[in-house]
Amino acid sequence: MTSPSPSNATDLILGAVAYDQKVVAIWDGFQQYFRTRGLPFDYVLFSNYERQVEAHLRGYVHVAWNSPLAWLQTERIAGRLGRRAQAICMRDSDRDLRSVILVRSDGGIDTIAGLRRKIVAVGARDSPQATLIPLNHLADHGLMPDRDFQLRAFDTLVGKHGDHIGGERDAVRALLRGETDAACILDANHLAFAREGSLSPASTRILAQTGTYDHCNFTVLDGVQSEQVAHFCELLFEMSYADAEVRPLLDLEGLKAWVPGRVTGYTQLSAAVDRFGVIDTFVTSAEMQCR
Amino acid sequence: MQVDLGSLALAEGGYLLVKRAVRRVAPGESIVVTGEADDLEVDLRAWCRVEGHRFDWRPAAGTARGQARIFTGAAESERWAGARRATGEGEAGEDTVAEHPPRSWGLAARGATIEAGTPEFDFHLTDKIEVWSDDAAHIYQQAVAAQWDPETAIPWNAPFELGADLEGAIVQVMTYLIENETAALIVPSRFIAQLHPHFREVMQVLAIQAADEARHIEVFTRRARLKRNELGRSTIGGQVSLKTLVEEPEFAIASFLLSVLGEGTFLSLLWFIERYAPDPVTATVARLAAQDEARHVAFGLAHLSQHLRRDPAFRPRLADAVRRRHDALRHTAGLNDEVFDALLLMAAGSWEHDALRQGSRRLRQLIQDMDEGRRKRLVRLGFPEAEAAALSELHTRNFM
Repeated sequence: MTSPSPSNATDLILGAVAYDQKVVAIWDGFQQYFRTRGLPFDYVLFSNYERQVEAHLRGYVHVAWNSPLAWLQTERIAGRLGRRAQAICMRDSDRDLRSVILVRSDGGIDTIAGLRRKIVAVGARDSPQATLIPLNHLADHGLMPDRDFQLRAFDTLVGKHGDHIGGERDAVRALLRGETDAACILDANHLAFAREGSLSPASTRILAQTGTYDHCNFTVLDGVQSEQVAHFCELLFEMSYADAEVRPLLDLEGLKAWVPGRVTGYTQLSAAVDRFGVIDTFVTSAEMQCR
Repeated sequence: MQVDLGSLALAEGGYLLVKRAVRRVAPGESIVVTGEADDLEVDLRAWCRVEGHRFDWRPAAGTARGQARIFTGAAESERWAGARRATGEGEAGEDTVAEHPPRSWGLAARGATIEAGTPEFDFHLTDKIEVWSDDAAHIYQQAVAAQWDPETAIPWNAPFELGADLEGAIVQVMTYLIENETAALIVPSRFIAQLHPHFREVMQVLAIQAADEARHIEVFTRRARLKRNELGRSTIGGQVSLKTLVEEPEFAIASFLLSVLGEGTFLSLLWFIERYAPDPVTATVARLAAQDEARHVAFGLAHLSQHLRRDPAFRPRLADAVRRRHDALRHTAGLNDEVFDALLLMAAGSWEHDALRQGSRRLRQLIQDMDEGRRKRLVRLGFPEAEAAALSELHTRNFM
């Protein structure tokens, strides 16, 4: 198979990870939206982010809808290859997330130091929000997993970088059952689980919260057709929540408006991957293969 | 505007108070939220992010508490900007029926405010003229009030014993009724699924009509099996006639053929059975079924009268439908001999010559009554007397 060249392709091809069946409905909808507005657009779905990152670097897709971890993977591999990655656009809801570390109200743990020799539940091992960022937060406070406390990972759908919230739900359940002493989840899921009743506000307490960080972004690499990318961004920014045609797509994707991409919100995750070395092997092997 | 949640957590319903406050200010304006719940800052920040509001937290010096300022986003007002009320022309708040409700109104209650962009449903009957009757609500209410319980309304345990032949005649009549009532259940049921639910009362009338028929099928079956296990006969002629009804694609025409002509004719038949039934169970099932059928006829007449008042040109199409059905059934036997013979024996009550002579007279009278009833209903729909008589004669010999 020869490597297709983005510059020769008519369609702007986007890569996305199929973390849920709704992903097909989302990108079919976007495809129609872009095409009816004069942007030839197609998409390719991947079963995991690592496959998508590789495909992006090999030029099979022009734009990647990346998790924060996939962004860092892309940025680092691109850097080693002398290339440049750019985050061009993100959801309004991708900005300023926090993770929280929950304990049981009656668990007798009042400080982060109290987690020493305890069991901490986390989500999928590649989940920025439910694993990497909160673990980095604990490490900043002197507690390293497997050394200072025992880790219990709810590894739902590894490769999807925590996009599927099943791991967080399982972590909370384990905490409520008394199988673990703490659980790490996204702030929005704290509220969502409480509202749906799987977490009673009185039964748990937020022991700690991380600093704010950003989530997904549309990533492009140097060499992509800049006019097409500009058109892509322009059409995204034009999507209005008042427009009945696009609102269902925005609702499915969980945003009210697209905003320009920024990379200032990935420092905590970057520190986490440095500290735990979780993407080193992949980055090295992908670099070799994409060279 | 300021909201103090006190100790109420956002997930405990606090978000509803915040939402109410947000709705009271214009997009871009801000509100202040205070509270003592432990998780307020975390939950409120996440909630604002998801809802599209900007969030700013000011910690109170020396405590974990603080106050939030929320700069409200426009998402909610944008969501409802293009919404429409599912109603016809008229004063605000009035429950009026639209002439052509859009398919995108879908299943929404009439009078509801519908978000723009709802999906289109595949309803075929979307024109008021085709389906509507101002009497529908009243007929539905009557139907609800007149529902009867087969278990208690019919004297199943009344003591009687008929001779084998007379019992056989009743079983044959019941077998025929079950077949016909099955057609009368299927026809409205098919149209319920095609009808725009905006015409709620019509949908309800059709639904209860189908439920009536379900009950008729039950009681006719129970009467047929009351004394023996085997049912009577079903013929090609009978089924071919009913097939033309079941397959009629147009609502108004199906309603005309079924309710006005078919069930109208059946009214005479059921009254006849009630009158000459040799046992109280048969008499009661016929009487109760006739009560229901009378409503079905009333609804058919009501919505077709309204239709024809607005579109008199539709009348010849109804006449054509009768002629077409007659032509389609020209080569079939019509009412099967078994049913006719059973009705005669039932009306006679025995094999005695005089009884048979009398039964035969009664049956001829039934045919005349049926014809007269049909002509009257056709005249009510605006057909001239002569045409009404001619069309009545063309009605299927299978009665329904």
